[in-house]
Amino acid sequence: MPEVAVSSPASRGLSDRLSDLLWSRQGLLILLLILPPALWLGIIYLGALFALLAQSFFSIDPFSGLINYEFTLRTYGELFRAANLDIIVRTVLMAGCVTIAAMIVGFPVAYYAARYARGKWKALFYLGVMLPLWSSYLVKVYSWKLILAKEGILSWLFETLHLSWLLDAYLLLPVVGGNSLSVSWTGTFLVFLYVWLPFMILPTQAALERVPPSMLEASGDLGARPGQTFRHVLLPLALPGIVAGSIFTFSLTLGDYIIPQIVGTSARMIGQAVYQFQGTAGNIPLAAAFAVVPILIMGVYLYIAKRMGAFNAL
Amino acid sequence: MTTAIAFRQVSRHYGTVRAVDAVDLEIAEGEFFAMLGPSGSGKTTCLRLIAGFERPTAGEVEIFDKPSGAVPPYRRPVNTVFQDYALFPHLNVRDNVAYGLMIAGVARAERHRAAEEALSMVALPGYAARKPAALSGGQRQRVALARALVNKPKVLLLDEPLGALDLKLREQMQVELKSLQRQLGITFVFVTHDQSEALSMADRVAVFNEGQIQQIGCPQDIYDRPNTPFVADFVGSSNVLPPEMVERLTGKRASASLRPEALRLQADGYAAQVIEKAFLGAVTRLTLDIDGQKLAMLLPKGEEVPEKAATVHIGWDEDALHLMEQRDA
Amino acid sequence: MHSDRASLGLKIAAAAGLLFMHLPILLIFVYAFTTEDKSYQWPPPGYTLKWFSVTWERPDVWEALSLSLRVAAISTVVALVLGTLCAAAVSRTRFFGREAISLLVILPIALPGIITGISLRSAFNLADIPFSFWTIVLGHATFCVVVVYNNAVARFRRTSGSLVEASMDLGANMFQTFRHVILPNIATALLAGGMLAFALSFDEVIVTTFTAGQQQTLPIWMLEELVRPRQRPVTNVVAMVVVLVTFLPILGAYYLTRGTEMVAGQGK
Repeated sequence: MPEVAVSSPASRGLSDRLSDLLWSRQGLLILLLILPPALWLGIIYLGALFALLAQSFFSIDPFSGLINYEFTLRTYGELFRAANLDIIVRTVLMAGCVTIAAMIVGFPVAYYAARYARGKWKALFYLGVMLPLWSSYLVKVYSWKLILAKEGILSWLFETLHLSWLLDAYLLLPVVGGNSLSVSWTGTFLVFLYVWLPFMILPTQAALERVPPSMLEASGDLGARPGQTFRHVLLPLALPGIVAGSIFTFSLTLGDYIIPQIVGTSARMIGQAVYQFQGTAGNIPLAAAFAVVPILIMGVYLYIAKRMGAFNAL
Repeated sequence: MTTAIAFRQVSRHYGTVRAVDAVDLEIAEGEFFAMLGPSGSGKTTCLRLIAGFERPTAGEVEIFDKPSGAVPPYRRPVNTVFQDYALFPHLNVRDNVAYGLMIAGVARAERHRAAEEALSMVALPGYAARKPAALSGGQRQRVALARALVNKPKVLLLDEPLGALDLKLREQMQVELKSLQRQLGITFVFVTHDQSEALSMADRVAVFNEGQIQQIGCPQDIYDRPNTPFVADFVGSSNVLPPEMVERLTGKRASASLRPEALRLQADGYAAQVIEKAFLGAVTRLTLDIDGQKLAMLLPKGEEVPEKAATVHIGWDEDALHLMEQRDA
Repeated sequence: MHSDRASLGLKIAAAAGLLFMHLPILLIFVYAFTTEDKSYQWPPPGYTLKWFSVTWERPDVWEALSLSLRVAAISTVVALVLGTLCAAAVSRTRFFGREAISLLVILPIALPGIITGISLRSAFNLADIPFSFWTIVLGHATFCVVVVYNNAVARFRRTSGSLVEASMDLGANMFQTFRHVILPNIATALLAGGMLAFALSFDEVIVTTFTAGQQQTLPIWMLEELVRPRQRPVTNVVAMVVVLVTFLPILGAYYLTRGTEMVAGQGK
């Protein structure tokens, strides 16, 4: 009864024939799809990255200031000079403090948004985190310059509350204090915390959302007090999310050079060092070697995070 | 009689997994053919091989006597009703049904008319403007059916189409599908894991297990004369008697199938002990122990139900004991 | 949890966290109207609209804004194409090196921006490429790909694979399937990803400082003002406008992907 089993219209268009080719060779299709992005990222990005890494194995001639294109580890050796080691330790400490503070400040927001906020409130919380996350980085930094300025709103607040003595006493403290908050480590820390906090909240919230309420009820049902439920059920389940968030806060703090430049002391962090070595000092090899430090630290960090299952929470 | 679909030694392997293993199969035109088997038995892969979503690792699938080799799905005279229906969420019901005609270049008015017609054929007129999300599971199933049928395929493939429906709806759809198939005269290839569905609807059934066809036949044959212990057990959960026991009973050494409903209480029969009993409504199921061999038996309503641990005497008609080839022992 | 009510402490902590994230930005809005132009004095001695007209007449602001918009537009288009291709390849099939591709896409934002920036700059130096509009776009498109990719991959994952099969089963070839089924189903995700990519590019400063040379995008202009303030009130006004301009695409992206997962941490 049927004349043709597999119909083959006489006039098949070009798109039809091309489609047939791609159908019969699925590998070709994937290749065509992946080629443009792979080439772009592979050549432009990875190429540039490797070019940079390669330069970290060169050194700079101390007399002429020219780059000596011979393999050497001397540039890496320079990282271990006391001044440079200081920069690294300072940056890692700052990144650690910011990360821990972001966990503490961010958790209640994430927890409330995941557990209690419903309907409109849920949307509000979500936007409440998304908007600061995406709004202009520089504007956010700038707003803190306004807040922390000597004549700014924070000083005014302390004054209005007759607590100026408290602020002055705090500024007299070693390390965290300074001439004013805007040129102190406290200031730098606050800005970092402010700017990266949303990056902690979102993954934490995502992990908490995945904890079924029935699991918490089961824990309560088995006799756990709310505190115990939190400690033994909720926290372990939220941990991958928190670790995922910490990847962001830690990595972003490690590499930033603008915040400590605008708010903070004259002591440098890694980002600033890289910026200055490649710019004013023209010492590209040392800048490259310095750039490897955050990569290495993040490599270790990511390895640990992966072992803790943080990537499932991304 | 024309052969609609033929499998010639078709295999589909994924690495070391043999999803379909050297299958031979012929489906006649106009037939209602069921592929029955547990999940992972290869039946759905066979359906996808016909549709063209998979290509055989070895062998050839023929569609109306033509090798289908590298023919892409969009040029095969078959249409599929998907297990999850796969309705396009961004199109309303009318445009879903008319999709195939739109692609084929049929004019708008004409394809809308055809879509309405197909919708009334599946008893779903008046829903054309709705989005799939606004339909119930049963309605979606009908839309999926209309969307496939509107293209007038030579073969309709149905992948567990009733699986997501509740029991009442499923029984109703079984009847409707069967009459639709008779009315249209299209070849239906129907994949299911539900043996009662396969037996009640299909002209012929292929029972799959582990990528191979265990038996092909009409439902009556499959039920009464299972080829292998697997078929006996999977289709209607038969008692499979081991060769030693069959040898004692008949003198022939082979496995045998004995349907639970073929057993009856019989004063001069074999002695057996009642281990378990379960009331199922129309019947009561007894689990018996006969010389260390467990047997299931269905006792019709009205018969006196023995107590647990009681000894009963049972028998069966000689031809109820069906000897099987020893295939997957 | 025993009750479905949050404790007072939790409520206060959550509210405080939210306020901490929002008050500083609101402060910018107040400063845009201050009459004080020498310091960051609080409370402002008076309010004026003067600085808006002053800003309006500043050609350097307009030039920076125009450059930023053009860079963001082109980078977004490039990121849309590359991100969608990548997502389509990764989500539909398992092929060798799939994980590597995902990593490659995420790397430009996972590594600190300064590393991306300095790598690109030294590569431009080595290859003798002079700084231009296109060097900025090159950098921006590279880190914008991930935003589009994340949005598209999430949508591809939720779009049942059987839809594509159904379309082909009904006679549509691959291009028709893309046009009539895939595109309509991923359109909103692409639009959302594109908007976020635009916002990301419009706002980027760290990589841009290394790839712009003497050109000034709006963020570079602001950075200069932050480091060496010339006319503070103009900076205030620009800051406020930047906040408003970036809010629109973010809100748009939110409404487009509402009810679907927004991948956490798809940020910068």
